[in-house]
Amino acid sequence: MSKPKVATASLAGCFGCHMSVLDIDERILKLIELVDFDKSPVDDIKEFTGRCAVGLIEGGCANEENVRVLQDFRRHCDVLISVGDCATMGGIPAMRNNIPLKECLDEAYLNGPTVYNPSGIIPNDKEIPLCLDKVYPCHEVVKIDYHMPGCPPSADTIWQTLVALLTNKPVDLPYELIKYD
Amino acid sequence: MSDQITFTIDGVEVKGKPGQTILEAADAAGIYIPRLCFMKDLIPHGSCRVCTVFINGRPQAACTQPITEGAIVENDTAELKEHRKNIIDMLFVEGNHFCMFCEKSGNCELQAMAYRLGISAPKYPYLFPKRDVDATHPDILIDRNRCILCGRCVEASRDVDKKTIFEFVGRGADKKVAVNANADLKDTDFKATDKAADVCPVGCIIKKRVGFAIPVGQRKYDTKPIGSDIEAGKK
Repeated sequence: MSKPKVATASLAGCFGCHMSVLDIDERILKLIELVDFDKSPVDDIKEFTGRCAVGLIEGGCANEENVRVLQDFRRHCDVLISVGDCATMGGIPAMRNNIPLKECLDEAYLNGPTVYNPSGIIPNDKEIPLCLDKVYPCHEVVKIDYHMPGCPPSADTIWQTLVALLTNKPVDLPYELIKYD
Repeated sequence: MSDQITFTIDGVEVKGKPGQTILEAADAAGIYIPRLCFMKDLIPHGSCRVCTVFINGRPQAACTQPITEGAIVENDTAELKEHRKNIIDMLFVEGNHFCMFCEKSGNCELQAMAYRLGISAPKYPYLFPKRDVDATHPDILIDRNRCILCGRCVEASRDVDKKTIFEFVGRGADKKVAVNANADLKDTDFKATDKAADVCPVGCIIKKRVGFAIPVGQRKYDTKPIGSDIEAGKK
């Protein structure tokens, strides 16, 4: 029987949660015995090759590309998990949520104290994904099955959750492993 | 025998003194009733409703309700846990609670209550309201993004410090803690040594230059759930 597949993505995140996945250290060898990686920055597979058992999402949705990737993950993954505070509640990118988008762009490209932009143009190439009006937690865009809070969730949290899911055991994390920071 | 009142909490017999509230009697017996706005030595005003228990079948705030002979109190039930989770969920989505960089994280009672109740994410949509920060005072900061309107600062400043620096203004979603009628915090006689500077359960009223002093892993609620100190006194 082939191994179940895991896919991962970083949306509006900092890749810190992916770093935390790598922080499982030598247990990554056990992980490779348990699963194959599909679409993920870990193996640089860009498109889904088939159905995945588990999808791990880092980061919330800040632009239209984030939404497309997230919807693609929902279509391909049996279980979709929000990993980290950005996926769970928007995180640091969501600090722009009570400031109008135009004000944010003006500050970044026109008015900021260190801005050098003689053309006065806010980047608008059609290759650049459009920003959403605010940053959305993943569960406000698609159905999310589990939330793993933390900034980032510790390697132990990620490891115990993944192993429990892949071995059909209940996810029963001890008190120390659920943290919001 | 009139100086002792006997009642039960979740079937366990508890004895208390006349005039005690359910919450005080439960604390003395080592039974933890989850609470947020309540603070020892301040007048309880029952605003957060986290400590709601069923007394003879009726919901009441345990922090304000006096004990009565023979009362049957339900505390640790699935229904009440769900009720408490709902309140905490709402508090999280109604403010801007960025735990990842908050100085109070690890020592925050709101966060600790969410941990204790096993909340991995709030079930309601986030509101991301626009709230003010007042950093004018040399020693103390008010970040209203984190305020849960518990009223502790209002009471402590009025009843203990005798300064009445804080007061609630506005209603509903617009309710907020104001400082001396529109003045900035620097224009008040607020001192970092005041009781009101030490009562905030979250990171709303915090002292400057002391944040992140305790390393992760050694903070108040890193390894032990909130309330475990009370439960350790169980008889």
